[in-house]
Amino acid sequence: MKWGVLHFPGSNDERDTIYALESVLGYHARLLWHGDRNLADCDAIVLPGGFSYGDYLRCGALARFSPVMEAVADFAKSGGPVLGICNGFQVLCEAGLLPGALVQNRGLKFRCVPATLTVENNTTAFTLGYEDGAQAVIPIKHGEGCYVADQSTLAEIQDHGQIVFRYTSNPNGSIDDIAGVCNREGNVVGLMPHPEHAVDPLTGVTDGQPLFRSVDQWKQAA
Amino acid sequence: MDFVARVYVVPKPAILDPQGKAVETSLHSLGYEEVGDVRLGKYIEVKLSGDGAAGVEARVEEMCRRLLANEVIEDYRFDVETA
Amino acid sequence: MGAPVTKATNYRVAPEVTRALGLEHGLTDGEYDRVVEHLGRTPTFEELGVFSVMWSEHCSYKSSRVHLGRFPTTGPRVLQGPGENAGGIDIGGGMAAIFKIESHNHPSYIEPYQGAATGVGGILRDVFTMGARPIANMNSLRFGRADHEKTPFLLGGVVAGVGGYGNSVGVATVGGEAHFDAGYDGNILVNAFTLGIVAHDKIFRASAAGIGNPILYVGSKTGRDGIHGASLLASSEFKEESEQMKPTVQVGDPFTENLLIEACLEAMAGDDIVAIQDMGAAGLTSSSVEMASRGGVGICLDLDKIPLRDESVTPYEMLLSESQERMVVVAKQGREDNLREIFERWGLDCVPVGIVTDDGRFRATYRGEEVASIPVDALTDAAPAYNRPIAAPDKPAGEALDLGAIKEPTDLTATLTRLLASPNLCSRAWIHEQYDCYVGANTLVRPGGDAAVVRVRETGGGLAMTTDCNSRYVELDPYIGAQHAMAEAVRNIAVTGGRAAAMSDCLNFGNPEKPEVMWQFSRAIDGMSEACNFFGTPVVSGNVSFYNDTLGASIPPTPVIAMVGLVKDARTTATIAIEKPDQIVVLLGSGEPELNASEYLSVVHGCTGDRPPALDLEAERQLAELCARVIERGHVSTAHDLADGGLAIAIAEMCIAGPGIGCDIDITVADRFDTALFGESGARVLMAIDADGIDSVETEAAELGVAMTRLGSTGGTRLRIAAQGAMLVDAAVNDLHEAWSTALPKIAAGA
Repeated sequence: MKWGVLHFPGSNDERDTIYALESVLGYHARLLWHGDRNLADCDAIVLPGGFSYGDYLRCGALARFSPVMEAVADFAKSGGPVLGICNGFQVLCEAGLLPGALVQNRGLKFRCVPATLTVENNTTAFTLGYEDGAQAVIPIKHGEGCYVADQSTLAEIQDHGQIVFRYTSNPNGSIDDIAGVCNREGNVVGLMPHPEHAVDPLTGVTDGQPLFRSVDQWKQAA
Repeated sequence: MDFVARVYVVPKPAILDPQGKAVETSLHSLGYEEVGDVRLGKYIEVKLSGDGAAGVEARVEEMCRRLLANEVIEDYRFDVETA
Repeated sequence: MGAPVTKATNYRVAPEVTRALGLEHGLTDGEYDRVVEHLGRTPTFEELGVFSVMWSEHCSYKSSRVHLGRFPTTGPRVLQGPGENAGGIDIGGGMAAIFKIESHNHPSYIEPYQGAATGVGGILRDVFTMGARPIANMNSLRFGRADHEKTPFLLGGVVAGVGGYGNSVGVATVGGEAHFDAGYDGNILVNAFTLGIVAHDKIFRASAAGIGNPILYVGSKTGRDGIHGASLLASSEFKEESEQMKPTVQVGDPFTENLLIEACLEAMAGDDIVAIQDMGAAGLTSSSVEMASRGGVGICLDLDKIPLRDESVTPYEMLLSESQERMVVVAKQGREDNLREIFERWGLDCVPVGIVTDDGRFRATYRGEEVASIPVDALTDAAPAYNRPIAAPDKPAGEALDLGAIKEPTDLTATLTRLLASPNLCSRAWIHEQYDCYVGANTLVRPGGDAAVVRVRETGGGLAMTTDCNSRYVELDPYIGAQHAMAEAVRNIAVTGGRAAAMSDCLNFGNPEKPEVMWQFSRAIDGMSEACNFFGTPVVSGNVSFYNDTLGASIPPTPVIAMVGLVKDARTTATIAIEKPDQIVVLLGSGEPELNASEYLSVVHGCTGDRPPALDLEAERQLAELCARVIERGHVSTAHDLADGGLAIAIAEMCIAGPGIGCDIDITVADRFDTALFGESGARVLMAIDADGIDSVETEAAELGVAMTRLGSTGGTRLRIAAQGAMLVDAAVNDLHEAWSTALPKIAAGA
């Protein structure tokens, strides 16, 4: 199983994600440059956190036009597992691969704290490894993580089980406590919390491990 | 011909605008009690060339939809003038 | 069609240079004479600008140079001492830690967000120009009174700026400190620290060499930002008009810095670069001159080649601009294309703008005209250095303490709760929750404890780091006070399991032209130097910030210590949090609590006393060794240094930091209850130890001659402190937590 981690100018957590996947979880992982036009036969793709293109204009708005994003869109359409973390989630929303959008935290401040999440849908490519309704502590660190969607979109994602994670204590004003969502098929998941910073017992909690491990089950089932 | 497009991007009415709220509160505390709702947005100036206003407007419209605004959360409007 | 428009419009503005213009540039009469002497003629306008910035206090250290030589700067671990962009020490495994702390006080007072942000950007560049990847940031902040009208604005702006830059650039902010004191009402302090790591053989130094080698300009384009930021802002007192200087404040672009870090580290991994330096204070001028000086060569710049944001920037402005995110590189001849390829891939300018010469002069040409030609020596080694008058103040700081007049509070639980909610003792979470402490995936001990610890993957060990300074102690006795700051730093490192190895300092003082300020400065340096020798912690880098005065009033002397220590094994560290019930709580060390200069005295009784607590360096060293030893052997994972607020605050913080477990302790009271609970001293540490580990700790303590007293045990949900059976404090940990955690958000909101 080979993971590809995208690297946009201004990405920050791409090397941390590689470290989590390779050194902690034992997968193969490689960086994919924003200018690449193919995904180098990777089996799963991560859009990491950071401030792609400085998050100028809007978070994720400029990164979605990177050449590599065309390949990601094709990969996602063909059912490939795609995970967007924080800025990566914002990019996936801007690219229309996930519903809704992320705006500035209601408190107007960047927040870096451990967040407790509830797994609302454990059938996606990135949640098969969690019990239904399980709780996981995963840190958040973002200034623009308030999830918004209009009423009809919200009703739609609710009906189709596309709300994947909710905060137990809402840190940013997200509508309906939403921390992460997926596409209809469950192969594309985005969340604001950082599972790559919740895998190594030396640096904190390990509740993010099942998220990455889930993809093994997803691939086996496919 | 050279044109300048002035693009205004603001959060949709249904979207919470915490920055706008903060400004509104500050204005109230400064004594501007007549202030109602404040929405905080972006102003973008685009210099561009084209053959005529109609064509340029169509191009700017496209820019707004593709990049300058996110229609999930933002409304936009613009005007175009010759530079 | 007319003739093609030539781009060579001459934007040079060159008013006649007179003595009066020299004085306007901040030079003294004597200094202006020396300029003319060095050149053998009247300087050009550009040369005057160059002299004024290079001879400014900020760049030349003219008031401090004669004193800084007293610091010990060598030692078995030191790979790079002061004089380079940052200092470096050996951390084992062929790896080095590169670090430095630097002030950005004046810009942050004028425009807190950008001032703090560009302070972070500047110190990051000082570290990565040494070839090191930055892995940790800290910030030492001083604000005015918590209820001063400007404090919410300054606090909010500075913290947002530190976070806005550090979070976006992608380097973890792992620690720091913040204090409030009326002495900073008109002059806040923003000191930024960065630490990076690099293999020994990959350390870069900024010494220009190789006659004919090209000089490359890398990074953002040059605008008019920060002209005279260094020479004027940081080298003279703050006046009302300083508020009008907003246009000179630089604007930071962390996105470009992020790219610059990646591009520079990639370029430095190759074999194409001779030397590299950040364009910091005084920009292109100071970076070129310093590189030429270190290499004993000359540099000639072609100003027509400088990438500009706006064509009309004058040659004078090009030389002095402090536009951010720019570097100067001396390349090996013929390798320019390799370097350009790397920088252009990261979307950055990389342009040849000059060459290394053999004439020992700093020269600059513009539109075919030589606008500056100055001997490099005249700008560096031969710059003015003053042995300014030193005099102890006529009246010692503070007032003698009449203990009889200090009434003991009747409700000590209420006093503890009040202290926990006071500006200098309350939770800093509102600050550090705005900083990304996770990025880099190396943070072992996160903000909120005594020191931060980051892992070094290459060695399996860790690096502990802390910034400390109790300026009240320093004000009352600069010698002992500065040593207290060192001792606290050593202790803070030790209670996380590390051993202090080396330090950087940021010496924030008032106007050096005042003899009593120079006395504070000189005494603090003497005290620190003795403590450096004693602890074996040389100074490897640092910064002096003078003229921290507003309307004639100097700040309290604030020599901030940034200490770095080594943790042997990343798996054995300690935090302050009580995580388990039924542990034994012990007090280690021989420090005797005193009310003099305590936070309690200041908050509850509104006075300061006349001297800091006694200090015993030998006891500090033994205690620090004990802490490091028992933690690295795995006997202890909960330890906390006793500092501001004394024993009661320390034990409360240990309960609050964990999941809410309380403890029951019984303390010895010699004299007064308030002294026992809130008195301050050096050389004291609290630990919570598993029952089966207590004997090992006791044995080690006996061996090192450190006093150890069992105070009680952890458990329940209340903090109870008794004295010989009489209950002094009895509070629910939850209530203490509430008081402690809600105070700073209120200060920030101006409530």
